[in-house]
Amino acid sequence: MASLTLRDVRKNYGDIQVVHGVDLDIVDGEFVVFVGPSGCGKSTLLRMIAGLEEITSGSVCIGDTEVNDVAASKRGVSMVFQTYALYPHMTVYKNMAFGLKQAKTPRKEIDERVKAAAEILQITDYLDRVPRNLSGGQRQRVAIGRAIVRDPEVFLFDEPLSNLDAALRVQTRKEIARLHERLETTMIYVTHDQVEAMTLADKIVVLRDGRIEQVGSPIDLYERPDNAFVAQFIGSPKMNFFNADDLTVDAGGLLGRELSADRQVGMRPEHLMLTDPANAVVEGTLELVENLGEYALVHLRTATGVEFIAKTEKPPQVPKASTVCFGIAAELAHFFDANSGLRLA
Amino acid sequence: MHSVEPTGRKPRRVLSTRNIILYGFLIVAALYWLLPLYVMIVTSLKGMPEIRLGNVFSPPVEVTFAPWVKAWDSACTGLYCEGLKVGFWNSVQILIPSVIVSIAIASVNGYALSFWRFKGSEFFFTVLLFGAFIPYQIMIYPLVIILRELHLFSTLWAVIIVHTIFGMPILTLLFRNYFASVPAELFKAARVDGAGFWRIFLQIMLPMSLPIFVVAIILQVTGIWNDFLFGVIYAGTRNFPMTVQLNNIVNSSQGVKEYNVNMAATLLTGLLPLVVYFISGKLFVRGIAAGAVKG
Amino acid sequence: MNTSSSTATPSRLPAAKRKHPLLRNLPAKLAATPMIATALVVFIGCSVWSVVYSFTSSRSLPKEKFVGLKQYDRLFGSSRWTESIENIAIYGICALVFSLLVGFLLAVALDQKIRFENTFRTIFLYPFALSFIVTGLVWQWILNPDFGIQQIIRDIGFSGFEFNLLASREYSVYALVIAGLWQGTGFVMALMLAGLRGIDQDIWKAARVDGIPAWRTYLFIVIPMMRPVFITTLVIIASGIVKVYDLVVALTDGGPGISSEMPAKYVYDYMFGRANLGQALAASTVMLSTVLIILIPWAYLEFRQKRDGDHA
Repeated sequence: MASLTLRDVRKNYGDIQVVHGVDLDIVDGEFVVFVGPSGCGKSTLLRMIAGLEEITSGSVCIGDTEVNDVAASKRGVSMVFQTYALYPHMTVYKNMAFGLKQAKTPRKEIDERVKAAAEILQITDYLDRVPRNLSGGQRQRVAIGRAIVRDPEVFLFDEPLSNLDAALRVQTRKEIARLHERLETTMIYVTHDQVEAMTLADKIVVLRDGRIEQVGSPIDLYERPDNAFVAQFIGSPKMNFFNADDLTVDAGGLLGRELSADRQVGMRPEHLMLTDPANAVVEGTLELVENLGEYALVHLRTATGVEFIAKTEKPPQVPKASTVCFGIAAELAHFFDANSGLRLA
Repeated sequence: MHSVEPTGRKPRRVLSTRNIILYGFLIVAALYWLLPLYVMIVTSLKGMPEIRLGNVFSPPVEVTFAPWVKAWDSACTGLYCEGLKVGFWNSVQILIPSVIVSIAIASVNGYALSFWRFKGSEFFFTVLLFGAFIPYQIMIYPLVIILRELHLFSTLWAVIIVHTIFGMPILTLLFRNYFASVPAELFKAARVDGAGFWRIFLQIMLPMSLPIFVVAIILQVTGIWNDFLFGVIYAGTRNFPMTVQLNNIVNSSQGVKEYNVNMAATLLTGLLPLVVYFISGKLFVRGIAAGAVKG
Repeated sequence: MNTSSSTATPSRLPAAKRKHPLLRNLPAKLAATPMIATALVVFIGCSVWSVVYSFTSSRSLPKEKFVGLKQYDRLFGSSRWTESIENIAIYGICALVFSLLVGFLLAVALDQKIRFENTFRTIFLYPFALSFIVTGLVWQWILNPDFGIQQIIRDIGFSGFEFNLLASREYSVYALVIAGLWQGTGFVMALMLAGLRGIDQDIWKAARVDGIPAWRTYLFIVIPMMRPVFITTLVIIASGIVKVYDLVVALTDGGPGISSEMPAKYVYDYMFGRANLGQALAASTVMLSTVLIILIPWAYLEFRQKRDGDHA
């Protein structure tokens, strides 16, 4: 088990810089999730930690040692891949034993470790099968098993759930969380799915265009996003953004803040509440209601033409094209600088 | 109209104009392509008197295998009268090491080019591909000099080396394209597991890629067996492959032409690639489509 | 988290640990030495050597006596070479046109969900598995004036029928065409069939819904869509044509006279038979230049497309 430190880590492909000076401290035993849109550099960063991608400059340290020039297999990391990357011609047992064999582990110890990992993941019955005779979920477990047997200091997961169907994804997510509780090993997990990030992470790292946008606990990111990008990225449906003139004339007073052209107000759909015109912060024409039973997504448009969504417990009982008023608790509104996107205190 | 009609498309009439044209075309074409094979077979089974009386298409009245025996055992090349068997064994001796060496080298090339690129590797590969199209004539003579300097000229090794060199572009391409379709994550997983260049190749990639090896073997076996140019230049008279000997037997100017022996010899030479072709079927098509550039 | 200073860097490993750039990825470089040697020494080195020595007066052995373009003067002054060029032009045009046309028609016929598709395909393609020597010798026999096609037609009753390509100075090259087509057309068919099968089946459905007749669909939709297949096939056939040698040796040996000589045979004969290396190398340099003229535009197009496709 080990901590992990990144200092000014950069990555260039030729003239193109894809990771721009990332600094990050990961504490021993922490579950860290890298999240961001595709092309943000999260997978590149993970591969640099794994030793599969050369580091252009900066340093990566696992524990107290800089591992920039240490081979992937000597870094004490294990990796679970998106496509599982199981060796198709080897049985489950051999797949799990392959890494240990390369490290010249005694046969008896290999056997013990493989069996123990199989036990944890409940794949003991499949040890003699080849991957093509396993279901997607079973393959995923084998891939995790192969990572466990190496007894790594750091586990790396590269979008491990994206090839599973929705139901299996939820289940496997739970199992990974349980595994972390049990092994207490440092884990780094890459995903573009913010639900996975919110549910699994001790700490979320939001990346965009090769830069860290914010680091924090899931609840931090949800409640106090550092900037408009993080605010929109975390939470579903996305946070609504308004300029001062999209809101009602009373909005400033109701929110207790001065509104001006260089400020944007962010309001999460789940925080908007149906209200009477006197307490309305924002009004919109009803365009579409998606009723999902437990809640409804109400799609509206302000008089200034901005689309926004409200998440309400029951659909509003008014005909289409009528005007609906929404209010919000003042402390749940977020304010951002319109130019820089940074959060205003 | 009370009859119940099937809901699907109307069944096509077997003798529609379309079918007559289509199958007519295909059958005529098939006859053109089959005739030479038929001619080879019937000629090789006739005696010379019968050949002189009839024409190339007339079937044998009296079947004889004597031409086959003579072609194999005692046909003359102008100098010697030892039959094709000498050439056959020479070809076998050339074929086996050439196939093994060329495929071994090319598969490692393809693997390195897919997973272990280094500075310049793509450049060398591009040059290699260009080499597939360059006429051999431009490289023949300098290769003679090089092989002579290495004291290999006019030996079996010279032909083996030349086959390895000129088989390399297409085989490397074949293996590179195959390995490029292997998920990169598999390779990364093996690296995290601590396997290096050779281990990943031998323990992960090789067992996975048996089909492509079969394709490569088909390609090389037919290509090398059918070679004439390299055999005649580099092997030396004592190691002439079967194709060269066949040509010497048939086109040697002395004596009376024995057409039946000639056709038996021709069939014997074509037998191995034909067997490979009929057994391998679709894999052969895959091989030549990939090996198309060999020309 | 935004501490940008690197003061807290833990114990660095000695810098020497980082391998020299040349030593990185060493096993791959070692494994690729045969490839590197082939590319540099044979494909580049030998070609350059031949081009350079084509400017010398080398006879049986290479000599560094440079004579400028003299070998080329002699080459294009030689009737054997000009005959070779003419022959390869005739052979090339006929082989290209007919193998593409017939190959495509066969592929279309096979693509009609016919019975015995595999049998037909096997029949059309088997000659491609054979050596050119075998092909040449079979056709030499079939075209034999006393027992072959000419005699058969005469036997039927057309006693004045003349079909003796092999003895004709004018038409001997067409014997090569017939044999070459027999061997190679099946291969064109296989490539075309693969191309046809690669076309989205929905295109056909769309054309049927629009009421376009099949022949029009082929002519105006399918063939344009198969452009890359046609170009690749063309390049492959063309580079095969330039190399044609074995077939000539087996079928006509260049005769009668010099009427069916080909450039590749010219090179071989002057190199090994007549001990006139300078001539042979000049001829091979001309062959190389011709191929490069075909190849470079194609490679340029091909690689540009690939590059555009990459790094998406």
